[in-house]
Amino acid sequence: MSFLDSLYKEIILDHYKNPRNRGEIAGALHQEGLNPSCGDELELFLAIDEDRIEDVKFTGEGCAISQSSASMMTQAIKGKTLKEALEISRKFKDMIQGKPAAEELGDLQLLQGISKLHARVKCATLAWVTLEQALKSVEEAPKIS
Amino acid sequence: MSQLEPVKLRQDFPILSRKIHGKPLIYFDNAASSQRPKQVVEAMSNYYYQHHANVHRGAHTLSVEATEMYEEARRKVARFINAPAAESVVFTRNTTEAINLIANSYGRKNLRPGDEIIICHAEHHANIVPWHLIAEQTGAVVKAVGLTSERRLDMEQLDDLLSKRSKIVAIAHMSNVLGVVHPIREIADKAHAVGAVMVVDGAQAAPHVPVDVQALAADFYTLSGHKMCGPTGAGALWAKAEILREMPPFLGGGEMIRKVYIDHSSYADIPMRFEAGTPNIAEAIGLGAAVDYLEGIGMPEIFAHDQAMVRYALELLKPLEGIELYGPEGADRGGIIAFNVLGTHPHDVATALDGEGIAVRAGHHCAQPLMRALGVQSTARASFYFYNTEEEVDRFVGALIKTRDFFAAFA
Repeated sequence: MSFLDSLYKEIILDHYKNPRNRGEIAGALHQEGLNPSCGDELELFLAIDEDRIEDVKFTGEGCAISQSSASMMTQAIKGKTLKEALEISRKFKDMIQGKPAAEELGDLQLLQGISKLHARVKCATLAWVTLEQALKSVEEAPKIS
Repeated sequence: MSQLEPVKLRQDFPILSRKIHGKPLIYFDNAASSQRPKQVVEAMSNYYYQHHANVHRGAHTLSVEATEMYEEARRKVARFINAPAAESVVFTRNTTEAINLIANSYGRKNLRPGDEIIICHAEHHANIVPWHLIAEQTGAVVKAVGLTSERRLDMEQLDDLLSKRSKIVAIAHMSNVLGVVHPIREIADKAHAVGAVMVVDGAQAAPHVPVDVQALAADFYTLSGHKMCGPTGAGALWAKAEILREMPPFLGGGEMIRKVYIDHSSYADIPMRFEAGTPNIAEAIGLGAAVDYLEGIGMPEIFAHDQAMVRYALELLKPLEGIELYGPEGADRGGIIAFNVLGTHPHDVATALDGEGIAVRAGHHCAQPLMRALGVQSTARASFYFYNTEEEVDRFVGALIKTRDFFAAFA
């Protein structure tokens, strides 16, 4: 397998060219993500009911790695509780930092090759860092009872 | 003009023999930072092994030797840019620090509310943000000249922008994205006609274009050593002596003083007034060695080689479908090619080329306003130097076609 084939697997490029859950959710929790060094931008929209992510969408511009990672992330966290989403995020970041991939990451495991490409780690984790920032703001928001 | 011999010169650069992902390295990221020849590294190690001590202090032999080597480096940099005197060359870390020095010292002293600082849309962030910072503090305003459809600086717009409110005109000698060499002399004459000073960001030009600060009619010229075969941490600011003498210090500390009391101090004459603290001595000496090395090749020969490389590459790239190129063609084009593979993000392009051993930059190149003016988020960029060859360009173009086709297959 060539260098390119091993890195840009078909499913990754499919998510890049045909991103899932792309768009905005009016009135939803909204978080911006930015990689200032390369200019990648991401906006994440989270419709949260109680402690569950009912819907999630994203917009933005960036490379195949950052956009496919965001697309796959939305699939992975939709319907999950905030705690579960954070757990997936932790496992994904572990994998990108070179630890063995957790099976429940599903298609996201295809991004494991990035762990060997330090220059692209920030691309792969942009959506996840943005997700964690968004969930942190939920945690810190005053509870309305 | 003697012909430059890239293959022979490459032998001075051990790094150029490296393999990346099993392929011979093609280093096309020279606009970000060039590589170092042995002569520069050896000048620095010789200094450390045989002559190191602090400069401008103490009467012992090593300190005298270190001071002499440091000041010799200053004279070399002055000669390199045809400065009338070495005393108005200040060592800085890089171009960024040099421009911050100008903004904080000259700018803070001279700018008043409503005064205008004129830059252009193609500037590097290093020639934008320092002006924002000083504008916020002084009430001055930053305005920018646009580009023509060919991506040259729009001289008519410059005429419209210049007025008696213009106090500083700060323009890059060469764009780090478009590769265009701006007509600094003409711009400086216009700036002077309205009473403004001319600041030149020479980060890209000094390594590639013969520089004569007097012929350019510049008031300030700045450069970075690491882009011109020198070490990181060594850059320079040159300013007209009569301007520099009137400027207050930027940083305070040792070396830059005349007398210090508990409640006040007086400051050293130029250039020491602007070199607070122990300077990057070895790096300055390395920069001096880099200047010797470049002059040994010849700056006119280096620029001619860069231009030949860019012409050769553009002839191969222009006919290609799906490749977008930015920047004008002609005698004012230096050795930089910003490009995009349509439908593929430049980071992915850069990763694919890296797989072929080819180093290019991808991103906004610290020029976000220019990216907006070009209507793109980012670009890839190949940039050449005297050690690059046409054969490397051939391999680069081949790899680029392969990359384009790989990603196009998934469209």
